[in-house]
Amino acid sequence: MTDTTRFIPDRLQSPLQKRLKSWETLLLLVAVAIFMANSFASPYFLNAWSLSDATFNFTEKAMIAFAMALLIISGEIDLSVAAIIALASTAMGAAVEAGAGTPVLILVGLGTGLLCGAFNGFLVTRMGLPSIVVTIGTMSLFRGISYIVLGDQVYKGYPSDFAFFGQGYVFWVISFELVLFAILAGIYGILLHKTNFGRAVYAIGNNPTGALFSGIRVARVKFILFLLTGLMSGIAAICLTSRLGSTRPSIAFGWELEVVTMVVLGGINILGGSGTIPGVVIAAFVMGLVTFGLGLLNVPGIVMSIVIGALLIGVIALPRLWSMWRAR
Amino acid sequence: MIRRNFTKLLAGASLVASLMGTSAMAQDNMRIALVVKALGIGFFEAAAKGAEEAAADLGNVEIIYTGPTGTTAEEQIEVINALIAQRVDAIAVSANDTDALVPVLKKAMQRGITVISWDSGVAPEGRQMHLNPSSNPLIGNMIIKLAADQLPEGGKVALLSATTTSTNQNVWIAEMEKVMGNYPGIEVVGTVYGDDLADKSYREAQGLMQKFPDLDAIIAPTSVGIVAAAQAVVDAGKVGEVNVTGLGLPSEMAGAIDSGASKSFAIWNPIDLGYSATMIAHALATGEATAEPGAEIPMGRMGTLTLDENNEGAMADPFVYDSSNIDDFKSIF
Repeated sequence: MTDTTRFIPDRLQSPLQKRLKSWETLLLLVAVAIFMANSFASPYFLNAWSLSDATFNFTEKAMIAFAMALLIISGEIDLSVAAIIALASTAMGAAVEAGAGTPVLILVGLGTGLLCGAFNGFLVTRMGLPSIVVTIGTMSLFRGISYIVLGDQVYKGYPSDFAFFGQGYVFWVISFELVLFAILAGIYGILLHKTNFGRAVYAIGNNPTGALFSGIRVARVKFILFLLTGLMSGIAAICLTSRLGSTRPSIAFGWELEVVTMVVLGGINILGGSGTIPGVVIAAFVMGLVTFGLGLLNVPGIVMSIVIGALLIGVIALPRLWSMWRAR
Repeated sequence: MIRRNFTKLLAGASLVASLMGTSAMAQDNMRIALVVKALGIGFFEAAAKGAEEAAADLGNVEIIYTGPTGTTAEEQIEVINALIAQRVDAIAVSANDTDALVPVLKKAMQRGITVISWDSGVAPEGRQMHLNPSSNPLIGNMIIKLAADQLPEGGKVALLSATTTSTNQNVWIAEMEKVMGNYPGIEVVGTVYGDDLADKSYREAQGLMQKFPDLDAIIAPTSVGIVAAAQAVVDAGKVGEVNVTGLGLPSEMAGAIDSGASKSFAIWNPIDLGYSATMIAHALATGEATAEPGAEIPMGRMGTLTLDENNEGAMADPFVYDSSNIDDFKSIF
C-alpha cells in the first residue's frame, strides 16, 4: 500500500515568511540603507541634535499622512489638507489679533480643521461627489479664503507659550512634535489594525457595495475619515504655525502631494483596500532621512525631488520586478 | 544572530563616521553659507559669483551656495536646518519670509552661527544685521545724476513715475528734490504717472515729448516705466534728443541701450551684493567687527558699511549700466 498522506498547508506562507517578504520589511531595509549611507556621506549626520532637527522635516506631514492613509484605503482622497493648514493657521492668527490665549488658539486650530473636514465629508458622502474633484475644489476655496483675509499681510505675535508645540522639547532632544508623531502613530495603528472600524475601512476600500450589504455604514465611516483628516490638518497647522511663529496664506504650500507621496511610499494601495500604518511610519522616516541627508551634502532641492521620485518608483517597481523574475 | 551582526555593523558604521567627523572638523576653512530665495535665478547666481570672488580675496573661506527649489519659507527652513547641522560659521540669507525664518535663525545664532540677511531682509530679532543694496538718498541722487551727467550744459528733464501712491518712487523723488541744488542748470519740468503699466507709461512718455518739445531727458525710477519711455522715444524718432534714464533691469533695457534711446541707467549689482554679504559675514564671524548701531564693517573693495539704529546698512550707490557693460549683465537679470 502506498502512502497517500500528503501535507496540505493551512496557509500559503508562514507568518514569518509573510512578514519577511512584506512591503514594510523592504522599506525598513531601504531606511537602514539610507541611514548608513548618510552616516558615511556626511560627518555631521550622526549627531543627536542634527537628527532631532531632521525630524521636523516630516513630523507634521506624517501626522496628516496617518489619516490620509485610512482615507485612501477606504477608496477616497483629500487633496485639500495643505489648504486646511492655511485656513486653520489664518483662523488662529485672527484669534491672536482678537487677543486669544494659547488654549483658545488650539481650539480654533482644531475646530477649523474639523469644520473643513466636515465640509469635504458632507460633499462627498451626502452629495455623492467624487472626493478628488471635491477636494481639488476645496483646496482652492480654503486657501483662497486665507488669501482674501491676509493678502500680502502677516499674522504674528503668537503668545510665547504657543511656541512649545513647534519648537519645544519634551526631554533632551526629543521634540514635542516627535512625541506627538509617535502617539498618533500608535493611535492610528490600533484604530486601523485592531478595531472594527479599521476592518470596516478595509472592507469599504475593497468592495464598498459588499461592505454596505454586510451592514457597514459606509457613508458614516467615510464621513468620519474626512473629519479625521481635517482634524489632523488642524493639528499639523498648530505645530507648523508654532514652528514658524507667523502665518502667511502661502503656508504649507504644496504639502498635499508630499503627504500623498508619503502614504503611497508607505505601501498604501492608491486604489484602496490595502496598506498598513507601520508602512507609513517607515516611509515618513525614509523621506525625512533622504531630504536631510541630501541637505547635509548641500544638494540642490530639485535633485532631492528627483531622488524622492526615483525612490517612489523604485520601491513600487521592485516587488513587481521581483515577482516577474520569480515567475519565469 | 542576525540581529547581533547587524548591531555590530551599525556600531562599525557609526565609528567610521565619527572618525570621518574628526578629520573633517580639523579643517580650518571658514564656511559661509549664502542662502538665496530659490536656486536657478540669474540675480542670485550672480550674487554667488560675487561671494566666490570675496572668498578668493579673503582666502581660507569656503562658500556654500544653497537655497530651496521653490520660494517657500518652509523649504528655506529645511535648508537652514541642514546648514545648522553642518555647523557652518555664518549664514547670509535673502529671506522668502521676513517672519517665518525668525525661529530657525534664532536657533542658528544660539548655536554660535553668525546670521545676516541681505537683499530681502529678516525681522531684526532673527539676524545680527541686514545689508540693503542701496538707500533712498543714494537712489534719489543717482537718478538725477544719471540725467545730469549727459547734460553738461544743463537742460530740461521730466519724471515718469509709477503710481501717485507708490511709496518707493515717492520717497526717491523726494530725496532727488533735496539734492537738486547740486545740479545747477537742470530743471525738472514735470512729473507724470504711468501706474507701472506698460501702455499707460508709453502714452504718458509720448505726452511729455509733445508738451515739452525741447525736453532733454526722461527719468523713470521704475523698471516698467523706463522700458516704455525708451520705446516711446524710439517710436517718436527722438533718439539722441531725449535720453531715457532711471532704474531698470539690464535684461529689459539691453535693447534701449543698443538703440541709443538710453545712454545709461542704474540698479543694484548682484555681484557686488553677494561680495559684500560674504565680506560682512566673514568680518562678523571672525570677530573683526560687531553688529551694533553705528558700527563700521569693512566690505573689501566695496568700502565700509555703516549700520543705522536698526542694524541695517546700505551697500553703495546703485550700479550704473551702459553700453560698456550691458552685454555682461543682460543675461544675468
